[in-house]
Amino acid sequence: MNWIAIGTLSDIPQRGARCVDTPSGKVAVFRTAEDRVFAIDDHCPHKGGPLSQGIVHGAAVTCPLHNWVISLETGKALGADEGCVRTIPVKVEGDLLFIALEAHAHKAA
Amino acid sequence: MREKLVIIGNGMAPGRMLEHLLERSPERYEVTIFNAEPRVNYDRIMLSPVLSGEKDYEQIIIHGDGWYIKHGITLYKGHKITKIDRTAKTVTSEHGVTESFDKLVIATGSVPFILPVPGNNLPGVLSYRDLDDVNAMLVAAQSRAKAVVIGGGLLGLEAAAGLKARDMDVTVVHLMPTLMERQLDPAAGYMLQRELEARGIKVVTKATTQAIIGQHRTEGVMLADGRVIPATLVIMAAGIRPNASIAKDAALETKRGILVDEGMRTSDPDIFAVGECAEIGGEVYGLVAPLYEMARVAAARLTGDDSATFVHNDTPTKLKVTGIDLFSLGDFADGDDRQEIVLRDATAGVYKRLVLKENRIIGTVLYGETTDGAWFNDLKKKQVDISDMRDTLIFGQAYQGGSPLDPMAAVAALPDDAEICGCNGVCKGKIVGTIKEKGLASLDDVRAHTKASASCGSCTGLVEQLMTLTLGDNYNPAAVQPMCACTSLGHDDVRRLIKAKGLKTIHAVMQELEWKTSCGCAKCRPALNYYLVCDWPGEYADDYQSRFINERAHANIQKDGTYSVVPRMWGGVTNSKELRAIADVVDKFAIPTVKVTGGQRIDMLGIKKEDLPAVWADLGKAGFVSGHAYAKGLRTVKTCVGTDWCRFGTQDSTGLGVRIEKFMWGSWTPAKVKMAVSGCPRNCAEATCKDVGVVCVDSGYEIHFAGAAGLDIKGTEVLGLVKTEDEALEVIVALVQMYREQGRYLERIYKWTKRVGVAEVRRQVLDDVERRRAFYERFVYSQKFAQVDPWSERVSGLHKHEFRPLAAVGVAQAAE
Repeated sequence: MNWIAIGTLSDIPQRGARCVDTPSGKVAVFRTAEDRVFAIDDHCPHKGGPLSQGIVHGAAVTCPLHNWVISLETGKALGADEGCVRTIPVKVEGDLLFIALEAHAHKAA
Repeated sequence: MREKLVIIGNGMAPGRMLEHLLERSPERYEVTIFNAEPRVNYDRIMLSPVLSGEKDYEQIIIHGDGWYIKHGITLYKGHKITKIDRTAKTVTSEHGVTESFDKLVIATGSVPFILPVPGNNLPGVLSYRDLDDVNAMLVAAQSRAKAVVIGGGLLGLEAAAGLKARDMDVTVVHLMPTLMERQLDPAAGYMLQRELEARGIKVVTKATTQAIIGQHRTEGVMLADGRVIPATLVIMAAGIRPNASIAKDAALETKRGILVDEGMRTSDPDIFAVGECAEIGGEVYGLVAPLYEMARVAAARLTGDDSATFVHNDTPTKLKVTGIDLFSLGDFADGDDRQEIVLRDATAGVYKRLVLKENRIIGTVLYGETTDGAWFNDLKKKQVDISDMRDTLIFGQAYQGGSPLDPMAAVAALPDDAEICGCNGVCKGKIVGTIKEKGLASLDDVRAHTKASASCGSCTGLVEQLMTLTLGDNYNPAAVQPMCACTSLGHDDVRRLIKAKGLKTIHAVMQELEWKTSCGCAKCRPALNYYLVCDWPGEYADDYQSRFINERAHANIQKDGTYSVVPRMWGGVTNSKELRAIADVVDKFAIPTVKVTGGQRIDMLGIKKEDLPAVWADLGKAGFVSGHAYAKGLRTVKTCVGTDWCRFGTQDSTGLGVRIEKFMWGSWTPAKVKMAVSGCPRNCAEATCKDVGVVCVDSGYEIHFAGAAGLDIKGTEVLGLVKTEDEALEVIVALVQMYREQGRYLERIYKWTKRVGVAEVRRQVLDDVERRRAFYERFVYSQKFAQVDPWSERVSGLHKHEFRPLAAVGVAQAAE
């Protein structure tokens, strides 16, 4: 894994998200109410809505455009909708956040 | 020839007696009723919800005028009987009407006990017995002054909670060391006191009232220790006395009340007495269940069934104050031959006490958690030996025999003769049987046919569980749509409970109302955030993460993830400086599209999120504030040119539009609010399809509301005509505040109006001047905290994380 530091936990509000620009597009990094951190592509499988702008609840986010609910753990759409968004490995060490971009680099290349 | 039945009094007991009578023998009597109160039969135990504003009078009527007509009953309203002539067998009213009878029923109820202290007849001293008292209290409450309730029993506390809900400063003065000492032991009484104090009701115990002081009306209550509690309203709730004077005058046997035998007959075999005025076996009653039992017995005897007899039964006491769960039953005094089991969890606010004698329950006090009340009651009634379950008895029915913690299972396990509705004495078997027999499918049907949950309503949940058990999936409980999957409560319940329980954070709401998810969802969180913003202005801190992105970023998100920005142009009026500033911003940020909106404002579309703070900074320098075009709040007030330019304009519509917008901008509402002001009936501002519209006419301002031109197309309703611009503004503000307080989140004004009724809105914000003023003032108060320009806040750095990426990583970035 090629871990890249992207910032600190306190940079992201609880129940909120921030974006990271990567060669393969925007990645949304989420922080839940329990301080769990997830990263997924910032692109709703439905019509491409920016998931980072949605409301975070539990370990899920509701897309701001058409209210699809996406699981942050699996990237899968919940409920009746079907679709999936790519999840990106993320880890927290102390206060520091890292994502693993190896897969991305290949894809970008 | 029918026999003549005359009834004195038209309260709940004779009302119920008539129902039984009509069921048993509809043709037997020609019925005449004299009622001192000038109205039909209503549910007196629901006066507390009327006082607190949860119900209105129409909702608590038991028998409307039509019912009397349908059954051929003559009802004299406002006729007090002054004389019973037993020899001539007639009664005479104070208006001189004389009616003869074959059988007479006295149901004169009780009179409040007025403390014999100086000043007890001053204006501003009221009792709490009937609708007139409640109406008088509501008038007093409008001044939002100070109230003292004398008496910390059931009635006094309900009055106190109701007045508090009407924003009065309330103190309860109670003679005994703890509240409701007849129903609660000291521990539960103390918990109740703490709960009331947490809601802002002051409680003074061990307090003897010495005098009520005041020159021309009440100014305060003086206690025996010399303390004076200021009060512009004093409620006497220190007890009731059976009203037996007319029976005494007629030489019927009386003691405390009118003496009756077990068939409800007085010392004159043709005269019966039922209700609070009757004394039976040395007891007089104030709770509704035994009164209904008297009604049943009297009806049976009147139709010749002499087997019916009144049997004394303990009745559980429940306090009808929203959010306080309290149940008490039977005897719970200490004694050598008694043992007790107590569960106390002060933090959770739960207290349960069972008093046992020879391994049988004789008394129960439940506070905070009362679901097992019916079960304990059943064990007590049947005198079940509880030795085998002693260890787990206090935990309730769900823990007996290892059965699961499913509330439905507990109800399913209840025996058929378990009492469900204490007020009406209806047991489980009767409810289930009637549902099956008559094919009932709605709660209202069950209420109509069995009376279960038709009185105080505290057993509604149990009745609904029985309906679910009986009907399975065919029953959709209460048909209240839950807010979302996180709760089974509907919007209205949640709003009511937020107020009643004084919940002031989203976390507290979810905790107290037992949300099923840890932090809600995208449906409930914005709704809760709005309710809290609306209900607790100045106290509640807006939860940014519970707002939709449009309100978080103060711009409208568009399909490609860019945003659009609408600066406020008051009343749609602009000038060269503003237009130039907009043009400069469009150039500087290469904004691809500029468009005039339907509400006469300029929309700049296609702005990148990162640019938003800079765009706002430039617009702000030119004097613009956010147009809230994204908000569940006031958006625009569209105008025509009115008297300024138009040949036909009758009033300064532009000026009024600007005034309304400047007054109301920044306010959050359940859904977006769009307004318009037209200067004449030609209606160039299209005011008649707006949430609120004004059409100016020669004689003043015609105020419209509840229009829509979106998913639904609907012309407005006319609220009314006012003479001056000031009045127009006040009415509009009051209307919006009423909607803010009652609307469900995302429910537009026209949908809310459909639910509440045009007449009701008109009554509250147009006809009732005091109420209008109160709405207006609450709006003005909340504006102190709401009229903040979100753009300048963001430009100054608030939430700046929102607009910048966290990081940029990867080779592509470096190569750029």
